Amino acid sequence: MTDARTARGSTRAGSPTRRAEDSHPSGDDRYLVIDKHLKRARFSQDQLIETLHVAQDVFGFLDESILVYVARALRLPPSMVYGVATFYQLFTFDPPGDHTCTVCTGTACFVKGADDIVAQVGEAFSIGAGDTTADGTLTLKTARCLGSCGLAPVVLLDGAVHGRENADEVLAALTRIMEAEPAEPVGAAAEGGEG
Amino acid sequence: MAAVIDLHEVADREHEARSRYPWRIKACASTACLSAGAGATVQALEQTIEAADLVLDAVVVPTGCMGLCSRGPLVRVLRRGGDETMYQAVNKEVAIDIVRKHVRNHEIVDTNLLDTNIPFFTSQERVVLANGGVIDPDRIEGYVAHGGYEALRKAITEMAPEQVVEEIRSSGLRGRGGAGYPTGNKWALLAKAEGDQKYVVANGDEGDPGAYMDRTVMEDDPHRLIEGIAIAAYATGASKAYIYVRAEYPRAVERLDRAIRVARRNRLLGRRIMDTDFTLDVEVRIGAGAFVCGEETALLASIEGRRGTPRLRPPYPTERGLWGQPTMINNVETLANVPTIINKGAEWFSSIGTERSPGTKVFALAGDLVNIGLIEVPMGITLRSIVEDIGGGIPDGRSFKAAQTGGPSGGCIPAEFLDTQVDYDSLRQLGSIMGSGGLIVMDDTQSMPDVAKFFMEFCMDESCGKCVPCRAGTVQIHTLLDRIGNGDAVWADLRHLEQLCATVRDTSLCGLGQSAPNPVLSTLQYFGKEYEELLSDEKKEVADA
Amino acid sequence: MRDARPSVTVTFDGEEYDAFAGESVMDAARRLGVPIPSLCYLEGLSLYGGCRVCVVQIAEDHRLRPACATTVAQDMEIKTDTPLLRAHRKAIIEMLFAEGNHVCAVCVSNGKCELQDMAVATGMDHVRFDYQAPQREVDASHPKYVFDPNRCILCTRCVRVCDEIEGAHVWDVAFRGADAELVAELGKPWGESTSCTWCGKCVAVCPTGAMAYQGKAVGEMQHHANVVIRLATARTKGQWLDPEEVG
Repeated sequence: MTDARTARGSTRAGSPTRRAEDSHPSGDDRYLVIDKHLKRARFSQDQLIETLHVAQDVFGFLDESILVYVARALRLPPSMVYGVATFYQLFTFDPPGDHTCTVCTGTACFVKGADDIVAQVGEAFSIGAGDTTADGTLTLKTARCLGSCGLAPVVLLDGAVHGRENADEVLAALTRIMEAEPAEPVGAAAEGGEG
Repeated sequence: MAAVIDLHEVADREHEARSRYPWRIKACASTACLSAGAGATVQALEQTIEAADLVLDAVVVPTGCMGLCSRGPLVRVLRRGGDETMYQAVNKEVAIDIVRKHVRNHEIVDTNLLDTNIPFFTSQERVVLANGGVIDPDRIEGYVAHGGYEALRKAITEMAPEQVVEEIRSSGLRGRGGAGYPTGNKWALLAKAEGDQKYVVANGDEGDPGAYMDRTVMEDDPHRLIEGIAIAAYATGASKAYIYVRAEYPRAVERLDRAIRVARRNRLLGRRIMDTDFTLDVEVRIGAGAFVCGEETALLASIEGRRGTPRLRPPYPTERGLWGQPTMINNVETLANVPTIINKGAEWFSSIGTERSPGTKVFALAGDLVNIGLIEVPMGITLRSIVEDIGGGIPDGRSFKAAQTGGPSGGCIPAEFLDTQVDYDSLRQLGSIMGSGGLIVMDDTQSMPDVAKFFMEFCMDESCGKCVPCRAGTVQIHTLLDRIGNGDAVWADLRHLEQLCATVRDTSLCGLGQSAPNPVLSTLQYFGKEYEELLSDEKKEVADA
Repeated sequence: MRDARPSVTVTFDGEEYDAFAGESVMDAARRLGVPIPSLCYLEGLSLYGGCRVCVVQIAEDHRLRPACATTVAQDMEIKTDTPLLRAHRKAIIEMLFAEGNHVCAVCVSNGKCELQDMAVATGMDHVRFDYQAPQREVDASHPKYVFDPNRCILCTRCVRVCDEIEGAHVWDVAFRGADAELVAELGKPWGESTSCTWCGKCVAVCPTGAMAYQGKAVGEMQHHANVVIRLATARTKGQWLDPEEVG
C-alpha cells in the first residue's frame, strides 16, 4: 500500500492527467472524503462544523493537521477553526479506545442513579468521564440524554443499548465484551480500504 | 420539472392499499422502543407472517412513537373494519405468538395485552403526535393519507400570506421551546421585515436532558415539520429554511433528509411549489453538542459555522439574523402545530387548552412514575392529573416529592402545588417554566440539593463562557452546592448562594445564564429545610454567634 | 462639538441630558461624563457584551440591560448607580478575581489596570468566593510581547482588534465555559504564530496585565487603547482625533 502511494505521489505535482478522485496529495486517502464534502459544499465557510463532522467520521478524531487542512480549504483563520472544534462537545482530539461505554446522564437517568454507574466504572478502570484507559482499550463517556428515559438508567456499550442497569451489571457486561474480540476501531475501514 | 403530487389520488391509493390486508400490525419503531429491542420485534413479526403463510393476510407497518415507552416495544394489531389490540413488551417470542395466535387463530395473547382504556391514553389529546404510532415515517403516502400537505395546499393556493399570519396569531399559538412568545407575532415581525433574503429556522436543538419531544416529531413525522416550515415561509416571505438538529439525533437527520428529498420530488418543496410562485429550499444543519445552541442567537452562529455563543439582542433575529438577513426561529413542536391549525382553523385550536395558553403540549414524562413515556395533553391540565392519572402515580409505595419542569432552566414543584394548571403563566409563577417539555417526577427518596447540583453542573458544563456571571458564577454556585452537600457549609454560605443566584439571573447575557439559577432558587424556596439540615449544628452556631 | 444628529432627552440618575438619537447609553454616558463601568467595551470595536459590568436599569424595569447595547430613547430614565447595580457589579468583579490569578502586587499593570480600577470603584476589598487558582502557563515565546493567561478576563478586545482592525485574526477563544481560553492560531505558542504582524494592537487594548511588552517590571506596563480608538475613528469617520483626547 505504501509503495503504491509513493508511486502515485511522485507523479502528482502539476500532472494534468491526475484525476482528483485518484488519490490524495498528502498520501492519506481519507482526505479525499473531506475533499468530496468540501466540493459538494462549494467550500462555503459556514460548512465548517459539517466539515469537521465529516473529518471526524473518517479519522475517528481530530488533530492539528486535520484542522490546518480544513482551515486552509475554507480560507479560515486557524484560531477560529480551533475555537469551533474545541467549543462543541462531540468533537474529540483523542483516538477513541477499542471499546466505548457511554452512560446517559440525562435527568431521568440521574434520578435512577446514573452518576453511581459513571463513578464505579471510572473507579474500576481508573479513568474519568471522557477519558480513555492508558492501554487504549476503553473509553468512558457520558451523554446528555439518549431519549430512552423509559429504560433509565441507560448505558451504551459499543453502541448497544442496555437499559435499567446498575453499576455491577454494567461492569460485568464490560468485562464480557472486553474479553471477547476487540471491537474494530473507528476509521479502520477507511484506512485499510483501497489505498 | 417533475409533476406536482396529487394529494387526493395518493390518499385514495393509500386507503385502498390499506384495506387489502385483513390484518395490519403496527410496530413502534421509535428510538425508545428500538432501544428496548423493537428491531428484533419487527423482524420476528415479518418472518413469522411469511413462515405462517399469512403474507396476503397481514402486513407489518413500522411506526413512530406510541407513547408508553416504559412498556415497549409496543405493537398494535388492527383488524380490518374491526377492533384494535395493543401489546406491551413485545420481544421476539411474543411477536411470534401474536402472529400465530392473534392473527391466525383470533386468540388474544393475554400475557402481554395492554389496556388502552387507561388514563394514560384516554386523558391525552394528540395534535402534534396525531400520526405517532399510526404512519410509517419514511413514507410520504402515509402522511398524505392522513391529510398531510392539505394545509400547505390550502395556504398557498387559497390564502394570502397575511391571512396565514393572522390565522396563526388568532389561534393564540405560543412558542413551544419554553418561553411561550406568541408565534403569530413573530411571524408578523418577519413578514414585515425587509431584506434580500429571509430565513425560517426550525429549532430542533433539544438539549434539555430528559426530553425528546422534538426528536419524536422529527423522526416520526418529518413531513409534518416540513409542511409547518413551508407554511411559515410562505406566510413570512422566506425562501430558504434550515432545520437545526442536534448531532445526537442521527436518525432524525436521516429521516428529515429523506423527507426533504421526497417532498422536493413531489414539488412540495423547491421551485414553484404546487405550481404556484412560492419557492422554498430546506436544508438540515447539524449541531455538535452544545446545549447553548438552543438559544436562538447561538443557534444562528452555529448554522453559520461559528462557535455557538449568543450575541446581544437587539437587533433581534427577525431584523438581523443569519448572515445579517431577517430570520425567524421557531421550535419544532411549534411548527408541527401549524398544519393542523391551518386545516382546522384558529378557533378550533384556541378551544383546546386555556385562554392564554391554547392548544396542547407534548411532555416527556420520566422519573419515579409507573408510566413513563411521551404524552400530549391539553394545556391547563393539572399536574396532579399528569402525575397520578397519566403517570399512574409513584411506584414502590413511595410518595410524590417534586415535579421538575423546564430542565436546567426550570424548577422543582412540590406536592402542595399539584393542583396547579399546567400553562406558561402558572408554571412561571411557581418559579419554574414550561420549558421544552421535560417533566421528571421525583419520589421522597430524592435529595433536592442533589437535584439542584445536578442541574448546576449541567449549566456549568454547558455555559459558553462568553459572559462573566454565567461562566464564573455557575462555577461558584456549584462550589457552594458541593460544600453544602458535603456538610461543610455554614449559614453565610446559604446567603451567598442566594445572592450569587440573583446576580447570575439578573446580569447574564442569555437565557441559559439567566435561568440557570432556577433549579437552585426553586428548591431553596420549597425545600429550604433540606439545605438547612445539611449545615452541621456546630457550624450553624458558629455562624449565629 | 456641533453635530447634526437629532437629539433626545434622557435622564441619568435623575439628571436631564441631551443625547443623540440612535447612540448607545454607553456612548452618551461617556460623552456626557456620566461614569458607567465597562471592561469588554471599546469604542471602535464590535460590541461583545460579555463583561456585564455596564448593566443599567431603565426606569422600573427589573430587567437589567448592558449600557453598551442599549439605544437611548426619548424620556428614557437611566439608572447607572443603584444599590442593586453596585451589588451585582461588585459580585461580577469578585467572580473575575476568583476565576483567574490576579495578584496586583506582582503585576506589570499594577496601578494602570482597568480591572483593578473597577475593583476600587465597586468597593471590592475582598473576595467572598473560592479562588479557582487555575494552573496556566505564561506564554513568553513572542520576541516582543508576553501573554499571561492568569490575568486574562476573556473580554476579547484583543481578538476583536486583531480581526477587525488589523485583519490578522491571530487570536480566538477556544473551549467553553470555565475552560474557555484565549488561543493564538491552533493553541500554539504566540511566538510560533505565522500570522501575527507584531503590530501590538492586542497589547494596546488589553485592560489588564494579561498582555504586555517583554521585560516590563511591576507597574511598568502602560496600555494604549486610545491609539486603537483613534485608528477606528479615522477609518470609520475620517476624523483623526488627538490621542490625548481619546478614551
